[in-house]
Amino acid sequence: MWRDAMLVAGKDLRIEGRSRVALSQVAPFGIVALVLFAFALGPDRQTMARGAPGLFWVAVLFCTVLAIQRSVSVESSDGARDGLRLSGIDPAGLYLGKAVAVAAQLVVLEALLTVGVVLLYGARIEVPWMIAVSCVLGTIGLAATGTLYGALSSGLRVRETLLPFLLLPIAAPVLLAGTRIWQSAMAGGVPAQGMQWLRLLVVFDAVYLAIGVVLFGPIQETA
Amino acid sequence: MAPAALPPSAVSLRDAVALSGRFPLLAGVDLEVAVGETVLVEGPNGAGKTSLLRVCAGLVPLASGHLSVLGLDPSRNRVGVRRRVGLLSHAAHLYDDLTVRENVRFAVRAAGGDVARIDPALERWGLVGRLAKTSAGKLSAGQRRRVALAVLTARWPELWLLDEPHAGLDASARLLLDQAVRDAAASGVTVLIASHEAGPVEDLAGRAVTVTGGRVTGTRDLVPVASPVADLGDVAPTDGPVAHVA
Amino acid sequence: MTRDLTATPVDGSAATHPPAGAATNTRVSAPPTPSTSARRTERIIGLLALVGTAATVWLGLWVTPPDKVQGDLVRLVYIHPGVAWVALYLAFGLAAVASLLYLWPRTRSLFWDRLAAAAVEVGVVFNICTLVSGSIWGKPTWGVWWAWDARLTSTAVLLVLFLGYLALRRVPAEPEVRARRSAFVALFAAVDIPIIHFSVNWWNTLHQGATVLNANLSPTIHGSMAWTLLLGFVALTLVFVWMLLVRYRIGALEDWLAANELDLALAERQAEGVAAGGAPVGSGPTDDFPTDRVGVA
Repeated sequence: MWRDAMLVAGKDLRIEGRSRVALSQVAPFGIVALVLFAFALGPDRQTMARGAPGLFWVAVLFCTVLAIQRSVSVESSDGARDGLRLSGIDPAGLYLGKAVAVAAQLVVLEALLTVGVVLLYGARIEVPWMIAVSCVLGTIGLAATGTLYGALSSGLRVRETLLPFLLLPIAAPVLLAGTRIWQSAMAGGVPAQGMQWLRLLVVFDAVYLAIGVVLFGPIQETA
Repeated sequence: MAPAALPPSAVSLRDAVALSGRFPLLAGVDLEVAVGETVLVEGPNGAGKTSLLRVCAGLVPLASGHLSVLGLDPSRNRVGVRRRVGLLSHAAHLYDDLTVRENVRFAVRAAGGDVARIDPALERWGLVGRLAKTSAGKLSAGQRRRVALAVLTARWPELWLLDEPHAGLDASARLLLDQAVRDAAASGVTVLIASHEAGPVEDLAGRAVTVTGGRVTGTRDLVPVASPVADLGDVAPTDGPVAHVA
Repeated sequence: MTRDLTATPVDGSAATHPPAGAATNTRVSAPPTPSTSARRTERIIGLLALVGTAATVWLGLWVTPPDKVQGDLVRLVYIHPGVAWVALYLAFGLAAVASLLYLWPRTRSLFWDRLAAAAVEVGVVFNICTLVSGSIWGKPTWGVWWAWDARLTSTAVLLVLFLGYLALRRVPAEPEVRARRSAFVALFAAVDIPIIHFSVNWWNTLHQGATVLNANLSPTIHGSMAWTLLLGFVALTLVFVWMLLVRYRIGALEDWLAANELDLALAERQAEGVAAGGAPVGSGPTDDFPTDRVGVA
C-alpha cells in the first residue's frame, strides 16, 4: 500500500511540477480571495486583524476545492482513471497517494496565504508553532475528505458544482477548529483551549483517513 | 457444453448480461476461451465487442450470469484479475503532462510489473531518443497506441485483451503488433482481439467468434499463419463453445 | 425513453432476464402493489398521526397553561423538540443505518437504499420545520430571527448535508450506482455529525452569552404540559412514519416503471442480432466507448 501511495503521490506531484496549475492558478486565486475579503471588510486594519483567522481558513477551503477538482481532473485525461483501475493498483495506496499530493500542494498554499494574511491584514502571530501545527492537521483533514469526495463525484458531469456543496459542510469542523486555534495563537494563547481544538482535528483526520483507506476501493468501482 | 477442457479456460462466460444505464451492452453471452488460445472477436459497430473485453478485464460488472477470468471471479478478486490481464483500449490512459518514458514507467510500476522490462519494451516499439522524452500530450494517435503497447509488452500479462489494435497504426507498427501477438501466443498467453475489419488480423487467430446484438452469434475456425502453437482451432466445432443463432 | 432511473435485475429476480432463445419475449413483471395488510397499516398510521396531531394542537393551544416566563410562546415546545428529534435523530439515524445496511454485502438490497432516500427527504421537511420553529421561538426571546445557537447551527449544517445527499441522488445513474454513491455520502455525513456537534458546541460556549440563550429555550415542564409534550413527540413520530411509508411506496413504483423499460430494451437489443447482422436498430450508443462516460459501472 505505501509503495503504491508513494508512486501515485510522486506521479501527481510530478504532473503538478510540469503543469504548475496549483502555483499559477490556485495560489493567485487564494491571494485574490484575501484581497476581496479586505474590500468586503473595509480598510480598518483592526477589523481585518480580528477576522484574519477566519478569513485565512475560508480562503484555504476555497483553494482546497480547486486543488481537489484539479486532482480529480488529472485522471480524466485520456481515460487515465480506467488505466488506474486496470492496473490493479491498491486502492488504499491510490487514495493515500492522491491525498498526500493534495496535502503537499495545500501546505505550500497555506504558507503563502499565511504570509499574505500577516502582510495584508496586519495579523500578529504570538505562538507560531500552533499556527504551523494547525495548518498541518487541518491540511490532512481537508486532503483526506477532499480526496474521498473527489472520488465519489469523479464520474459526474456536474462535479464542478456538486463537489463544493458536498465537501464544504463536511469540512466545517476544520474551519471551526482552525479558526479557534489561530485565534489562540494570535492572542498569545491560553494554549489549553487551543489544545482542545487540536485534539478535535486529530480525531477528524484519523476518522476520515481510516474511512478513505477502507472505502476508496468500493468507491472507485462505483463512480 | 464443451467437455472439461484439458487446459483450464482462460475466459468463461455463461449467460452474461452487462448493463450501462438502461442499455444492455451484453445481452446473454456464452463464451469459452482456453488458455493459450488466440481468438478473434468480430462483429459490426455497436455489437458489444468492446463491452465484452471490458467485462473480461473486470471493468464492467455483470448484471447477471457467470464470468470467470483465469479461474478467478473479477468481482471478488479484482486486484488478482487485473494484475494478470492487460487491456488495450481505444484510449491509451496516458497523462498528458508526463513524458512517454514516465508514463510507461508509472503504468508498469502501478501494475506491479518488472521495471527492467521497460527499456526493452520502449526500444521494441521505437519509443527511443527524443520521442521517449516527449510529453504524452504532444503525441499522435498512433504514437499513443505504441506507448500503450509498450506498457502491455513490458507487463506481459497472462491475458491480453486487444480492442481494435490495428486502428491508428502505420504499416510498420502493424507488423510489430502482429509479431508481438505471435510472441505472446508462443509464450502461452491468451489473446482476445476485437476487430470489425476482416483481413490480416485473421492470420493471428485460431478461432473467430461473431458478436452481434450483445450476444455471441457464431463461431468459425481459422488457420493461423506462422503460428507455432498447436492450437485449439483444430478441435471439431461441435465440441466448441456454444454457438448461438438466436 | 428519457427516464434516468433504472433498476437492474440483480436482486435475484429472474423476471427481467429472458432465457436463451426467447429473444423477443418480453416479460413484464407486475407493479409492486403493497399487500392489503400493508395498505391498511399505512392508513391506520396515517389516521393515528392525524388524530395525534389534532390532539396535540388542541391541547397545546387551548388546554395547557402559558408559562410564567415565556407566556404563550412556550407552546412551541410541543412542536419544536418533536420535529427536532425526528429530523436530527430519527430520520438521519434511519438513513445512516439503512445506508450501512445497503453497503454491507450480506444485506445489500435496493430496499435499504429507497428507505434511506425516503428518510432523508422527509427528514429535510422536518429539519426545515425545526429551523423555522426555532427561529420563531427565538425572535421574541432573543430579539433576532437567527442566532448562532449551538443546536440551531448543527441543525442547519445537517440540513445542508441532507440537501447535498438529495442533490447527488438527482444525478442520473443506474440505481445500483446511485445507491452506492448515496450510501457512501450518507455514511460520511453520519461520521461527521458528532464531530460537527462537538465543534459547534465548543465554538458556541466559548462565546459570551451563549449559555444564557440556551437556557431560555428550555423551560421547566410539568403536569399537563409534560403529557402534551409527550403526545407531541408521539404524534410527530407517527407523521414521520406515515410520510416515510408513502414516500417509499412512490420510490418503489418509480423503480418498477424504469425496470420495465429495461425488459423492452433487452428484447430490442437481441432483435438486433436476429436481424442477421444488418445495421443496428439504432437504439443505443456505438461501440466507440468513451471511458469516463457517466453511468458505466
